Amino acid sequence: MDQFTINLLFVGASFALYIGIAIWARAGSTSEFYAAGRGVHPVTNGMATAADWMSAASFISMAGLIAFVGYDNSSFLMGWTGGYVLLALLLAPYLRKFGKFTVSEFIGDRFYSPTARLVAVLCLIVASLTYVIGQMQGVGIAFGRFLEMDEDTAVIIGAAVVFAYAVFGGMKGVTYTQVAQYCVLILAYTIPAVFISLQLTGNPIPALGLFGETTGAEGSVALLTKLDQIVTDLGFAEYTAANGDTFNMVLFTLSLMIGTAGLPHVIMRFFTVPKVSDARWSAGWALVFIALLYLTAPAVGAMARLNITEQFWPNGASGEPVSTETIATDPAYDWMATWQQTGLLGWEDKNGDGKIAYFNDKNAETVAAMEAAGWGSENELTKFNRDILVLANPEIANLPSWVIGLVAAGGLAAALSTAAGLLLAISSAVSHDLLKGQLTPDMSEKSEMMSARVSMAIVIVIATILGMNPPGFAAQTVALAFGLAAASIFPVLMMGIFTKVNNKGAVAGMIAGLVVTLIYIFLHKGWFFIAGTNSFTDADPLLGTIKSTSFGAIGALINFAVAFTVSKMTAPIPQEIEELVESVRVPRGAGAAVEGH
Amino acid sequence: MADHNTNAAQAESDKRYWAANVRIILVSLVIWAIVPFGFGILLRPMFSGITIGGSDLGFWVAQQGSIIVFLALIFFYAFRMNKLDREFGVDEE
Repeated sequence: MDQFTINLLFVGASFALYIGIAIWARAGSTSEFYAAGRGVHPVTNGMATAADWMSAASFISMAGLIAFVGYDNSSFLMGWTGGYVLLALLLAPYLRKFGKFTVSEFIGDRFYSPTARLVAVLCLIVASLTYVIGQMQGVGIAFGRFLEMDEDTAVIIGAAVVFAYAVFGGMKGVTYTQVAQYCVLILAYTIPAVFISLQLTGNPIPALGLFGETTGAEGSVALLTKLDQIVTDLGFAEYTAANGDTFNMVLFTLSLMIGTAGLPHVIMRFFTVPKVSDARWSAGWALVFIALLYLTAPAVGAMARLNITEQFWPNGASGEPVSTETIATDPAYDWMATWQQTGLLGWEDKNGDGKIAYFNDKNAETVAAMEAAGWGSENELTKFNRDILVLANPEIANLPSWVIGLVAAGGLAAALSTAAGLLLAISSAVSHDLLKGQLTPDMSEKSEMMSARVSMAIVIVIATILGMNPPGFAAQTVALAFGLAAASIFPVLMMGIFTKVNNKGAVAGMIAGLVVTLIYIFLHKGWFFIAGTNSFTDADPLLGTIKSTSFGAIGALINFAVAFTVSKMTAPIPQEIEELVESVRVPRGAGAAVEGH
Repeated sequence: MADHNTNAAQAESDKRYWAANVRIILVSLVIWAIVPFGFGILLRPMFSGITIGGSDLGFWVAQQGSIIVFLALIFFYAFRMNKLDREFGVDEE
């Protein structure tokens, strides 16, 4: 069986599984549609949250970002997991006690202000929509490659599958589908990593293999020592060293943490468990399942970097680089030809010596050494897109073809599960907060579900069109989504629970945090992302060393400061809101809140 | 009148419950901040002498240690709070 058939089999079988689950778990009421009837076990909910949270960015991009930068990109690992501590301690139990369906509903009720609810809906829709576009784009690029179809067709197939199970199943269908998707994606991520870890270090657990020993020139040597050695020999920055700005790293990590805790589709998951104590456990279980991937990711990154570097320098940096003939004929190098077709990998024998020399040609010392050795002064590996690393990894390590098929299905599961969660967040914001909450409050349960499904269909169409014609700023939009969530949603939720900030304070805080963060991003990435309209770049930012991607934490700080100041100067919260805050703080009676629906 | 008294007692008990909760949260958040930002980033040079598998303590904390500490914190908090809920009789069931 050829690779294409195997990929098709794996992807087809996983799709059939998801749709089957959705049919089995159809939603019959709004409570089932928005919150899965609040009957989801914490472990199940944790697994679904993990699949919901880990998107194409975690599965496809993250290990590649770590591989080519090393220690400095640990921010992704710490930031995207540390947010769960904030969720578990500061938000999840209280929002579950509040017992409604959406994040904006809490904001509207707690701050007794339809304006606050409207601003929250707006933040939520912008953040979620930009995120969804990135997922559809991921589906197109990665699976165009594996299923050998053009990107647009892949996006449409992906959209049709999400539509099928999100629209009919609602939160209930999505939750159980996400459990299946989690299993597929975690197997797809760890199995190749286990193989590679065994090959390199003999340790079957990649997370331990990363700090294990491998065979080097002089016998056994630590894997990281060997990696540091070979990359510095080639003129690149030392893998394990801190090379970037420390202050920016702290802010970036903090922004990712706060952003994680403010993303509506993640927060929504904690509405689906039966009790307040379950919401606390649920956040822990979510992190357990996320950690399985996140503890493996740094190993995947380091090992892939070592494998790739050694493929180009089979006898180490002091030996000869690989020849163009070997690349063309040796089956171990077949992956290069397949990925070259995608345009994401490129090489060129610039000095015509029949060798492909891969080194850092911005490092004068290395260039001199390479010239002296006769390999020319230019890096001949002209293009290596970081996003292909995880997908190409099993091919680079010469793993069996079923592993490659599994990785294809896993990447798709990661993208689709996140897309479904986001669609649900957007559609509940539109139908529950905008239509039922503001425009037609006397809507029946049945027509509310209908409008939720219709708005979901519209959002899928918009996301598909934008995913097929990406505005070319996937990375920026993800940064925007995090910045928005960190600067607007997280602070206002936290103040709603822990302080007595009033309606005017909340609205002013949200708007201030949002606007300042948006302006800072636009100043660096271009106004409304139009290329060339930016006044600053992330290499030389407006404020010290603070890059636009790290600004979310500052935006959150501004939100807090403005909210407290405005709240101090205006009327205190009314008695019934005081009582609402008191009741949210105590778990007793959360079950009763469900009966009220 | 008796009803009023129990209400007042309940409010007092809820207040103490909340204060205890906030204390646990504060202690947890201090650890949450010190491990990644301290040991993983800012204090890394101070502990560079401690080697772990080809690199130092800070590198391990930044790549894996923080995640393990986050896990421990969340489970500690859930366990501690469920106990507190029972002590104050505010648990469900």
